[in-house]
Order: sequence, then structure tokens, then C-alpha cells
Amino acid sequence: MDASASDGAFVEFDRVQKSYDGETLVVKDLNLAIGKGEFLTMLGPSGSGKTTCLMMLAGFETATHGEIRLGGKEINNIPPHKRGIGMVFQNYALFPHMTVAENLAFPLEVRNMSKSEREQKVKRALDMVQMGDFGGRRPAQLSGGQQQRIALARALVFEAELVLMDEPLGALDKQLREHMQFEIKHIADNLGITVVYVTHDQTEALTMSDRVAVFNDGKIQQLAPPDELYESPENSFVAQFIGENNTLMGKVTKMNGDRAEVTLDDGEVIDTVPVNVNGVGDRTLVSIRPERVEFNRDRLPADAHTLKAEVLEFIYMGDIYRTRLRVAGKDDFIVKTRNAPDQRRLTPGEKLEIGWRPEDCRALDA
Amino acid sequence: MSKLSSTGEQTADAPTPEDAFHESATLEGRDKEPPHGSGEGGPVLAADGTPLKRSLQRALRREKLRALGLIAPLLIFVLVTFIAPIADMLFRSVENQIVSDTLPETTATLQSWDSAGDDLPPEAVFEALYYDLFLASEAKRHTRLGTRLNYEETGLSSLFRSTGRSLDDYGELFQDVLEDHDEIWESAGFWYEMMGTTGDEPGQPELIEAQRDRLEALTGERQTGEIGFVPAAAIGEVLPRTADAYAAFAAYAALEDGDTVAEEEPWEAVFAALASDLRRDGAAEAIAGYDGDGAEELQAALEQAVPEFPETTYREFFLEEDEDWGSLDAWGTIQAYSPSFTPGYFLNAVDLELTADGVSAKPEGQQIYVLLFQRTLFMSLVIMGSCVLLGYPVAYLLSNLPMRVSNLLMILVLLPFWTSLLVRTSAWKVLLQQQGVINDILVWLGLVADDARLVMINNQFGTIVAMTHILLPFMILPLYSVMKTIPPSYVRAAKSLGATPWTSFWRVYFPQSIPGIGAGCILVFILAIGYYITPELVGGTTGTFISNRIAYHISSSLNWGLAAALGTILLAVVLILYWVYDKIVGIDNVSLG
Repeated sequence: MDASASDGAFVEFDRVQKSYDGETLVVKDLNLAIGKGEFLTMLGPSGSGKTTCLMMLAGFETATHGEIRLGGKEINNIPPHKRGIGMVFQNYALFPHMTVAENLAFPLEVRNMSKSEREQKVKRALDMVQMGDFGGRRPAQLSGGQQQRIALARALVFEAELVLMDEPLGALDKQLREHMQFEIKHIADNLGITVVYVTHDQTEALTMSDRVAVFNDGKIQQLAPPDELYESPENSFVAQFIGENNTLMGKVTKMNGDRAEVTLDDGEVIDTVPVNVNGVGDRTLVSIRPERVEFNRDRLPADAHTLKAEVLEFIYMGDIYRTRLRVAGKDDFIVKTRNAPDQRRLTPGEKLEIGWRPEDCRALDA
Repeated sequence: MSKLSSTGEQTADAPTPEDAFHESATLEGRDKEPPHGSGEGGPVLAADGTPLKRSLQRALRREKLRALGLIAPLLIFVLVTFIAPIADMLFRSVENQIVSDTLPETTATLQSWDSAGDDLPPEAVFEALYYDLFLASEAKRHTRLGTRLNYEETGLSSLFRSTGRSLDDYGELFQDVLEDHDEIWESAGFWYEMMGTTGDEPGQPELIEAQRDRLEALTGERQTGEIGFVPAAAIGEVLPRTADAYAAFAAYAALEDGDTVAEEEPWEAVFAALASDLRRDGAAEAIAGYDGDGAEELQAALEQAVPEFPETTYREFFLEEDEDWGSLDAWGTIQAYSPSFTPGYFLNAVDLELTADGVSAKPEGQQIYVLLFQRTLFMSLVIMGSCVLLGYPVAYLLSNLPMRVSNLLMILVLLPFWTSLLVRTSAWKVLLQQQGVINDILVWLGLVADDARLVMINNQFGTIVAMTHILLPFMILPLYSVMKTIPPSYVRAAKSLGATPWTSFWRVYFPQSIPGIGAGCILVFILAIGYYITPELVGGTTGTFISNRIAYHISSSLNWGLAAALGTILLAVVLILYWVYDKIVGIDNVSLG
């Protein structure tokens, strides 16, 4: 838990639990504080409870236990339409029987805003998402990306301080999605709004967020900024869920301060950083990122342990080379190397020794 | 697709400084490049040089034939059992050939009569009527004509029936005189030889063929049998009326009765015709110049029998038989309904009638159809309205409950479908009657006095209640199927935007459910407007529909023409309402799920 966020927290989940059937908990003891102006992403596989959390925040689901606070006020019993939270839905939920301008005017209308003020705000919101010329269109006449912009504009037009987004880019193709990620982040930063963003796409989470909450099994597995999440996963779930990851199974044989020696199942010994292993004798899952594996002996520290490896497959991917190796009896050990002029291309069947800096290799729970 | 592509292109054209945005727009517009080969102008050619359109057609032809083959059985079935009967009924609503088929000569001679004047039709019309009616009564078709004309003028049915019985009397007046003078007139063979050709005498086969055609029109059956009689040309010139009458007799005897013409004594009408011919001006000269078969007997008859013939005319005979033949109205009706096609049924169906003076309103007491049409429309609208009011909340609940519960509820909704219509309607009788369950409960609760029990059945109220219940599933199902497709995220979005639950429903949910309402309304209204069984059972006198009247005319009064006209009007009303609905709501907005 990030301590800095908790005192000035704008949104707070306090020991929140949620069960639909009275038998299993979908959300187990959720504690989360989101600072004002923060872009927080809830990331996790489907069924991990992230969307339920979002719906509880929006008011469409009630918490079974615990308190949800917005701006210091408990909102558990406030109906959704009085919470003043903007929301972007997965399928945009643009009202098909209204034009784009009418869609945007809707939240202003129900707030009894005058017509001139309404028109002015709608125009500003449309300009903000560069859709100024589309006010008269119907949602069905727009492409997916354009609908996405309108949905965003509609969630922002009534100047909500908190905007929730439920997998808003899920229906777009890859290139458009990447572009929209950038744009959403840009607008959120400019307006200084707080965004809670739900996705199961880790790239999206990493590129957009200030902090990412990784959900699994109804619990937050790790809450951290993207770089920390990627480079220092706290448990094996996070390590495997975020980015590509090589895993090796072994047993801790020696603890030495911030270093732990792990004997792999085939008897070879490596150096690791102990993250959540308790002591000698523990089973552990060792995690190492493919791009941190090194097979040039010169670039490794002198005392680093090395492992024997055999090249199984070499894949040319443009910007990188991706090489599959057999290491410690496993056939799915991946090494990624940058496509640089001095980079060597490995050939299948080649035998070599690989290694890494001990701090890149994390011994996690098995 | 075209709309989408146009947005993509417009986006690309719009001046957007943002490079990134421009890039995304072109991304979307990327796949709209013109297809290969269409840029040069002229038809697009396939690889083998034939126009692409034609080779595409050829490729699709097999599939089209296959599709046609698949629907052919149903298509034929529908054509034979549905379209054809409807076309037949539509035809019956204007068809009126029975008058001119039964009384061809009468209607022809009656044409020149002035129905607006004070005079009865001339003697020629009565003469024609005698022979037309004689043949018709032999074929027992005159009563049908009487029934038909009775729809228009009451009393004509009995007039035709009673007159038909005594037509022989007139002919017998002359037959007796002739036979008293010479027994040869009783001889069938003598008549046959006199009227027919023998050897190489010139004949008049067209005369007998005309009678064959007439008999076909009269009986409605094809007459292909052998008549065995060819009228002689010579006698036809001397005795034209007799030749006609004998040909009619011969054709009927041979074709309908299956007798040999030469062995049958002619009808009384033939004697009446002979009398007419003998007394005609110039008959004496004609017979003097005639030397064929029976010339002597005719000469003798002319000299001896004719002076003894009773002095009477066709007209006198008819007026003596029934004084109604002197009624100008009766003759006016016959004349007005002489043409083969008539607007009469349609006029009747809207409480008008075709009289000798043209179209006029029916007498006050006989006007029922306009009222019935209005009532049918009004009650159908009320039933449709109550179905919407009752069905909408149920459909809403069904589409928003979890699957398990909604399936159970759906079974309850469909239950009426699986129960016999008669059972349901009878159940309403049990519930609503004055000694029924509801009245008993109201009396027991003290809300209604025992001697003032509510009348809830055999009136409009009962019909509306029972039919609303029966037609409710037809409203709920289309509503449900539309509501099922409205994602809950719309209402959620509206709420998240600050709308109260009511506003969210009214502004966002309800407009999207309108296609379902439209479909349900059309379905219920069209079913209600033609409903028959329920109004018949629980409608009493004030709750019956136009369809009950149509059924009455089909099965009881047998006035199929009027029933067809009423049905045609009903069909037209439905089509017009459908058209109006399309103009107002737009038929594209209707979803049947």
C-alpha cells in the first residue's frame, strides 16, 4: 500500500467485501486509496473482481461489507445518479436514439442546465476529443474509435472529478487502441481528473497508469507504479501476469542477506534476490525476464553463476530476436536480444552458457 | 457500410492538425479503396472477358433455383389454399352474374325500360321473362335467383318461388286447345320431326349450341353430352319463338334429364311459344309459304285452333299469378342488378343501397354495418391499449430477471397459448357472469348489492376483458424480444450521467423499446380486428365484431357476396391503418424479434 496516497485519499475502499450468492466472496477484504488526480488501473484476469470493484464504486453494485468513501464521504447508500461519477462503458453505451450532441447534452439536461450553457459545454467537450463536426450524427454512423471518443466526452462533459472506465478500448483494433490510450491519458492529465480504469490488457495498464492494482482471486496482489510492477513483482502471480517471464523451479539452499542461492531441480545453482521466501529449504519459483538474460560472458559480473543452455529455436521479430532455449531441463526458456549491429544470431543446436545479474533474478513463492 | 465509409472519408478530409488523429482516421478509411477494375469506366469484366455482372448472375442462378425449389411446396400450398380462396372471395364481392345467367333474355329486353317512369315494362319483357323463368324453374334455379334478389328487395324470393310453380298453367291454356283439335300435338315424334332436320334439310345447329351454353351458365356445370337434335332452319323462320323454346326443351331434356328428345312431349312453354307465333302478325303468310314437316297441321291449327285460344297476354298472366309483378320497385331491382358486376354488395356493407334512382342510404332501422365497423375498430384499439399497459411491465420484468426465474415466468405467459381458446373464453364466462365468481366475491365483500350485480359478460366489457387476456402473449413476446436486446449498460450509463431512475427509463430505455411496442400493437390490433370466436361467445349484442356478421352471412344467410364485401372492406381498413402506421412510426421501427 502506498502510504502517501492514504491521507489525502480521494477514493477509498475500506475493508470492502462483495458476495453475490452468499457462499463465495468475489472481492475479499479490499483496501485501496486513490489520490486526487491519480490514474489508477485495476488489472487482472476475468473473474478477478476488478469490474465488481468498479461497479461498487459507480453504485451499480452494493458492497456486502465495508465502506467506500469519495472525497471523505461514505457513498455506500447514495444511488448512482447522485454520485456524480463519470463512466465510460465497455460497449460505450451511447444512446442509439439520440444524436451525438444529444448524448452529450443528456447529463447537462438532467442537471437542468440552460440551453445556451449546454450547447457551449457540448461544443467544448466535442472539440476536446476532436469530434466537433459530428454533433448531428447518430452513434451508429460512427466508427468504433469515434464512438469511443464520444463516450469519453460524455463522461467528461458534466465535469465529474472521478471518471471510471470499464475496459473502454476492448472493442478497438490494436493500432487504434494504442492511439486512444495515449489520448485518454493526455486528456486525463490535462483536466486533472481522477481516473479508475479497468482492463485485462497489461500493456494498456503499464502505459497509461500512475499506479496499477493487480487483481487476482478477489484480492489486490500488488499495487505499484508500472515500472516497479514490472521489475519487482512481489509474487509469482504478478511476475507471470505482467510481461513475459522465464520461470525455474528450485529450492533455497543458502541465504546470504539480500542474496539467496537456489539449487534448481536438475542440481544447478543460481543466485537470486529473495522476495517472498522465508529461509533455507523453501520451494521457490525463480523469475527472470527474457531481456535480462545474457549469454556474453564479458557482460556478466565475475562471480555470477552460469547455466548450460541449448538453442532450440531462433525467431526473427524485427526489432528483437527471440530465442528459445533448453535450460535446466525446461524447453521454454526465452531470451530476447535487441536487433543491433553487433548482436549475434544464435543457431539452433548451438550450446552455450547463459547467466544474469543476481538482482534481476527474483525468488518468489512457489 | 456506406455510411461508415463516408464518415471515415470525411474525417480524413477534415482539417485536423493532430497528426495522430489523422492517422487513426486514415486507418479507418483505409479499406475503402475502389475495387479492382472499376476505375477505368465501363462494365467490369471477369477473368474470361464476360461482364462481371453476368458471370455473377450465372454463378448465383443455381443457388436461386435451389432456394426456389425449397420454398416451392409451401408456395404452392399457400397459393392454392390461401391466395386463391381470398381472390375468389374478393371476386364474389362484386360478381353478380346470377341475374343475367338466369334471365338472359329478360335482362336484355329490360335494358331499354325507363325505371324512373310510371309504366310497367312492355309485353316483350314479360314474354322474355316467361321463357327465361320456365327454363330456370325446370332447372330449379329460379329460387336461387329469388334469394339473391331478395337481399336487395324483400319479397322477391317468394315472388319467384310462387310464380315458378304455376308457369305450366299458361302453356296449358294453349296446349289443351291444340290437342282438342288434333291429337297429333300430343305426339313427341311429330314435334321432333317438325322442329328438327331430317335428311338434307338445312339445319340451325347454332341455335341448339346457344342453348347448351345457356344451360352451362345456368347450372354452372359443363354440358358435353349429345343432344341428338338439330333445329330445322325453315321452321325457325316461320315459328322463331317456338324454335327457341323447343331448342331449350331439347337441350334440357337431353343434357339434364338424359332423355331422348324424340320421345319426350314438349314443355308447356313450347305450346305457349307456338301460340305466340301463330298469333303473330304475318303468321298466316309465313305458314302458307312453308312446306316442310307439319305444314298441314300448322295450317289446320292456324285456321281452327287459333280463334279458340283464350285472349290473354304474358303480362296479364304474371299479374294474375302475383300482383307484385306490377310493382315498379321489383322491376327496378331486377334492372339495377342486371349487369354481371355490381357495387351493390359494397354499398350494402356500408349501409347504402342501389335503387332504381341510384345510390341512397338504407332505412334508419337497417343500418348496422357502419356501426359495427366503428365498434370493431374502437374495441380493437381499446384491447390493444390494455395489452400495452398490462404487457409492458411483464415484458420488462421478464427481460431483466435472471434466466431461471424469467423462464418460469415465460411459461406462465405462454400457458394461455397451450390452453384451448374455448376453455379460456368459457372460463371468463364463469368468472364474469352475474352469478359468477367475481360478482359473488363483490357481493360477499359488500361492495355490490345482491340485487344489483354487475353485468360484465355478454357486452363490450366482457369482450374486451376476454380478448385482452387472450391476445396478451402477442404483445408480451415481441416486447420481450426487443427488451432482451437492450443492454443494461444503457440505463446504467444514464444513471451514471445523473439521471434519476425514472428519467433513465423514460428517456433512454423506453425509446429503445418502441419497436417492440409497435410490433406488439400491430400484431394485437390485426388479430383483434378479425377476431370471431370470443366476441361470438361473450359479446352478447353490444360486444360483437364485424367478423361475427361476416360469419353469419357465410354460414346462415348464405349471402356470400355481402360477406365477401365486408371482408374486403375489413382487409382494406387493415391495410390502410398499416400504411398510416408506416407513415407515422415507420415500419422499419417494428421488430418481431
